[in-house]
Amino acid sequence: MKSVPDSVKTTCPYCGVGCGVLASVDGDDLRVQGDKEHPSNFGRLCSKGSALAETVDLDGRLLNPSIDGRDVTWDVALEKVASGLSQTIEKYGPNAVAFYVSGQLLTEDYYVANKLMKGFIGSANIDTNSRLCMSSAVVGYKRAFGADSVPCSYEDLEQTDLLVLTGSNTAWCHPILFQRIIAAKEQRPNMKVVVIDPRRTSSCDIADLHLPIKPGYDTTLFNGLLSYLSRFEKLNSEYIERYTDGFEQALEAASHYSDIEVIAQDCGLDVSDVECFYQWFAQTEKAITFYSQGVNQSTSGSDKCNSIINVHLATGRVGKVGSGPFSITGQPNAMGGREVGGLANQMAAHMDFANEADRDRVARFWKAQNMATENGLKAVELFDAIEAGKVKAVWIMATNPMVSLPNADRMRELLKSCDLVVVSDCMARTDTTECADILLPATTWGEKEGMVTNSERRISRQRAFRSKPGQARHDWEIVCDVAQRMGFEGFNYDSPAAIFREHAALSSFENHGQRDFDLGGMADMSDSEYQAWVPAQWPISTRGMSTPRLFEEGQFFTANRRAQFVPIHPAPPIHATDDRYPLILNTGRVRDQWHTMTRTGKSPRLSAHILESFVQVHSKDAEGYGLEEGGLAKVTSRWGEVVVRVSITDDQQRGCLFVPIHWSDQFAHRARVGAVVNPVVDPLSGQPEFKHTPVDIKPYPARWYGFVLSHNELDFDRSHYASKARGRQFWRYELAGDEAVNGWLDWIQSVVPRATQDEGDWLYYEDRNTGRFRAGLVVDQRLSLVCFIAPSVDLPSRSWLAQLFAEPELDSVMRRGLLAGRPAQGGFDGGETICSCFGVGENTIIDAIKEQSLCTPEAVGQCLKAGTNCGSCVPELRKLIDAHSHSE
Amino acid sequence: MQGAARKKLVMVGNGMAGVRTLEELLALAPDQYDITVFGAEPYGNYNRIMLSPVLANEMTIDDIITHDFDWYRERGIRLLAGRTVVEIDRHRQRVIADDGTVVEYDRLLMATGSTPFILPVPGNDLEGVISYRDIHDVNTMMETAQRFKKAVVIGGGLLGLEAANGLKNQGMDVTVVHISKTLMERQLDAVAGGLLQTYLEDQGIQFAMEAFTAEIKGRDRVETVCFKDGREVEADLVVMAAGIVPNVAVAKQAGLPCERGVLVNDTLQTYDPKIYAVGECAQHRGIAYGLVAPLFDQGKVCANHLAEHGIARYEGTVLSTKLKVTGVKLFSAGDFSGGDGCDELIYKDISQGVYKKLVIKDDRLVGAVLYGDTQDGPWYFELIQSAGSVASLRQDLIFGREFAQEENATENIAEAA
Repeated sequence: MKSVPDSVKTTCPYCGVGCGVLASVDGDDLRVQGDKEHPSNFGRLCSKGSALAETVDLDGRLLNPSIDGRDVTWDVALEKVASGLSQTIEKYGPNAVAFYVSGQLLTEDYYVANKLMKGFIGSANIDTNSRLCMSSAVVGYKRAFGADSVPCSYEDLEQTDLLVLTGSNTAWCHPILFQRIIAAKEQRPNMKVVVIDPRRTSSCDIADLHLPIKPGYDTTLFNGLLSYLSRFEKLNSEYIERYTDGFEQALEAASHYSDIEVIAQDCGLDVSDVECFYQWFAQTEKAITFYSQGVNQSTSGSDKCNSIINVHLATGRVGKVGSGPFSITGQPNAMGGREVGGLANQMAAHMDFANEADRDRVARFWKAQNMATENGLKAVELFDAIEAGKVKAVWIMATNPMVSLPNADRMRELLKSCDLVVVSDCMARTDTTECADILLPATTWGEKEGMVTNSERRISRQRAFRSKPGQARHDWEIVCDVAQRMGFEGFNYDSPAAIFREHAALSSFENHGQRDFDLGGMADMSDSEYQAWVPAQWPISTRGMSTPRLFEEGQFFTANRRAQFVPIHPAPPIHATDDRYPLILNTGRVRDQWHTMTRTGKSPRLSAHILESFVQVHSKDAEGYGLEEGGLAKVTSRWGEVVVRVSITDDQQRGCLFVPIHWSDQFAHRARVGAVVNPVVDPLSGQPEFKHTPVDIKPYPARWYGFVLSHNELDFDRSHYASKARGRQFWRYELAGDEAVNGWLDWIQSVVPRATQDEGDWLYYEDRNTGRFRAGLVVDQRLSLVCFIAPSVDLPSRSWLAQLFAEPELDSVMRRGLLAGRPAQGGFDGGETICSCFGVGENTIIDAIKEQSLCTPEAVGQCLKAGTNCGSCVPELRKLIDAHSHSE
Repeated sequence: MQGAARKKLVMVGNGMAGVRTLEELLALAPDQYDITVFGAEPYGNYNRIMLSPVLANEMTIDDIITHDFDWYRERGIRLLAGRTVVEIDRHRQRVIADDGTVVEYDRLLMATGSTPFILPVPGNDLEGVISYRDIHDVNTMMETAQRFKKAVVIGGGLLGLEAANGLKNQGMDVTVVHISKTLMERQLDAVAGGLLQTYLEDQGIQFAMEAFTAEIKGRDRVETVCFKDGREVEADLVVMAAGIVPNVAVAKQAGLPCERGVLVNDTLQTYDPKIYAVGECAQHRGIAYGLVAPLFDQGKVCANHLAEHGIARYEGTVLSTKLKVTGVKLFSAGDFSGGDGCDELIYKDISQGVYKKLVIKDDRLVGAVLYGDTQDGPWYFELIQSAGSVASLRQDLIFGREFAQEENATENIAEAA
């Protein structure tokens, strides 16, 4: 018998917390638990992590290479990619090709992709979806510390006395850290939590103070804080003196923000709240500002980061226990991507194109045949360049820019115009794979081996516990094969361990403590050491090292090793609201979905949390714009529109809307919020302003609403509103339309595959004049589909109907209730009608006979009226009495 | 127990309506009358509705006897079974039977029922042409089935279909002849009629629809039924089930005013204050009923007056039809034809043999047809009669009382994100 390893230690593929996961495989059965020994989570897992087992099936997986929709061999596909890239380079130069990669890639995948582009193709046109997520944070750290160095550890979150959550719905987006914070706060009730967020999110549940800031005004608030610290003599002058430069200029810029009343007004806050926050920050030595996309995704994202770092430098709260400016990443390996240089404005191992010595060093190390010399195109620029015809060939790996980029509707045309679009992905049907010329099947979580780095610089192993399905291959293998077919040397690795050793060696190559990122202690580890790697925080310049905190003794990575203040001149978001687009659209995540739902969308458990995309709107705005709870609304910007469900909540501030980022064309028609988002970016980081787009909202003029639950996946006409969610053994579709449908039965029958219908029986109910229609399809006694249509949103609950898909057979109670949408009262089935005059069923009669010891038809008649009119059923009553009466 | 002062009640006819009236009367005034009952058939009372199960071999005659001879004896009722009253002598307050029996009355109750309508076509008197009304007819059919193969039933109403089913169960090849497009068109809409026809065809019964019988041919015995359009069907047996005619010959002869039936007022009294009439032979406010429910209503009122309580009135019965045709349950009530100003609510679960149609006008339920699942028929019937608004029940109305009347029936939760 083949021995099954008890469990494999790996990490979660979702957010930047990087939780340890124990995966146990027993046949087809996968069990996922938190790894108690992993220092990120100590055994805890959030809802997404806990549901990982529901996402690993092969449904919808891309399992074959294909060209123009036809399956081909790997040989043909790789040759076509290699020759396509080579010819493009030959004809138009290296800058005519680009890679758009992902924080979902493992470090080794990332490393070879970056090496190929920057060292051998000779362009820096490799950018990553991390651009959309934390590139402003990178700029912030680099400007202040001279390197992309996150100085803190998760344990600091537990040891701090003041935690300022800024632009972070930690509760939903980094749930395990939030759990750790809650636990810490329970242990030390004096610990204070301030949440700065335009929305009242779930993270506010533990907030001692919530500052519902006007979107885009963080720099005003933090400049005001710097000024306040100065005025109230709460600066750490010794630290400023000893470790920093540029304080005077920064304070000078901030000095325009000394009137708290003006600040409060600008930021849309109460004066007392602002004062309270400033006081707490001034008084509390151990303070962390924990920030995420709410800060980064802004046209002044880099400045926001530095306005935060400024106040930490000014108080000396960097590199100390429980203190620091702490950026948290969205993706599991965003940090790993930063480390290998996966952003177009990085080179490799935290080295930069701007530094000639760095360029030379990396080129020598790589034996680069064609080293790039300057920054490449950042995500939005990269796709602009495709549109402009400058980039002719693009290779997209493990990401879905059709959904995630701003102004996303232009993407389809833009990719169509591109000569060569290669997409490697684990899923067959995404909005982006639909635009590919060449599709390459990649392995995914559970199949891949490699390293990831979480938000506290902790490097952990992701380990495989399943074999590669179909023709799928690892991303590093695909990239290396293409590189070799393009004639490049230095891509002949036999394992991810070999790649990682090279990556580690590059990080320590001629480093001598000059660069923050140093994995010298990992450069010579053996394959078995790599396999057995225990999570540790970089720098790891020597074996066995782990570094929880940076800059304890200053020693920043600027030229003079001093931290740099950055003078901040607050600027409003680039596109202001106006009469036509009077509202501010904010976007973000929901608790139980991940990115574009290609994996979490498979999980019934996760899909049940929030079934559809939605727009959150304040009750007063809802009133003003004529929106109804549960109705649909059209949110429109100058760039595009979405149609989403209305959710009225005063957690949202007036004038602001929130729409989640997750829903793609695969899950909904017209719910890709990327289509609405303005394509403006931070000038330094290139990060798009996802948190601020001027929009208008109006009710979607639905003529009808409906839902369909179906065992089989269905395709609905794109002209309707339709949103899909996974249920247990069924798909759920919420529907609406602004055009009348003639003949609902024909309509639903046209949606269901003929073969399914031929095997089954339809039942339906129609009240034509009120526009109510309900239908069911039963195949082999099992429920295959239900469809409910109504003129308004008041449709029956889906919950009972949903349960029926698990039933091996619909019994008569279920069938009777099916189109009512619920079981008969108390679930009691009266049984076959015996007395048709009074509608009395067999079960009712039997119960009465038993319970009341009835022994004559007359007695039954007195009790139930049965048999007292035409008397036709009296013989049947007699039989029932004979069979069921207790009387002797 | 024989009080000399007791009045004499004579009942002509020993059917369901009459005997129900006696039951009601005995409950109110057990000792008021000496009662004599004339019955043309040589049995006690039986449930005529159940003749079909007998024909279908599902029951025996004994099963359907509701009141045997003992019942009459125990109550001191003189039952003259097998004797037909041929004359009413109103002047001398007596009746005369075909065997010469003469019985005097103080009160006379006419409960003569009806007789099948025999099509006035050539050959309607041939051997093998019968009707379907009583135990004798059933016996004839069962005997015929032993010797012959082909049966034609004229009339696609309830009775005809039951006869057809019974004959099929007796082993005959059966064709039902019907003059309109759909079966039971008075009780069912076209959809339900069609469903019923399909179902019966699946059971092996054949149909000649829109067929007008022109002639029945045969030498010694029926051989062929010919239609006006030239079609023909071979037949060894023809069962006429094309309607009923109230039995009013004796009443007419006695000079009682009659139209289709014997005219009665709201106390079921004829123009002769000593004579009452109930059941299929009576015509009340223009209607001679042929269904069981109104007959029973009439019996109750009539008994009240015979008992000289004098406080009940019969004001007619709103009709609903609850039927079971060869295992298929049917219900209809009110105006289910729909049309202008009406909304139709339709439910179909064909594979389960269920079809429902409710007709709503001005927010009131005005008609219902149920096929296959008739459990809620009585409730719909109540709603039709009460004529209240059903607007608040409308969403769930078609699913029946147990759904529509739940407390939270209309409280539906829109599941927004």
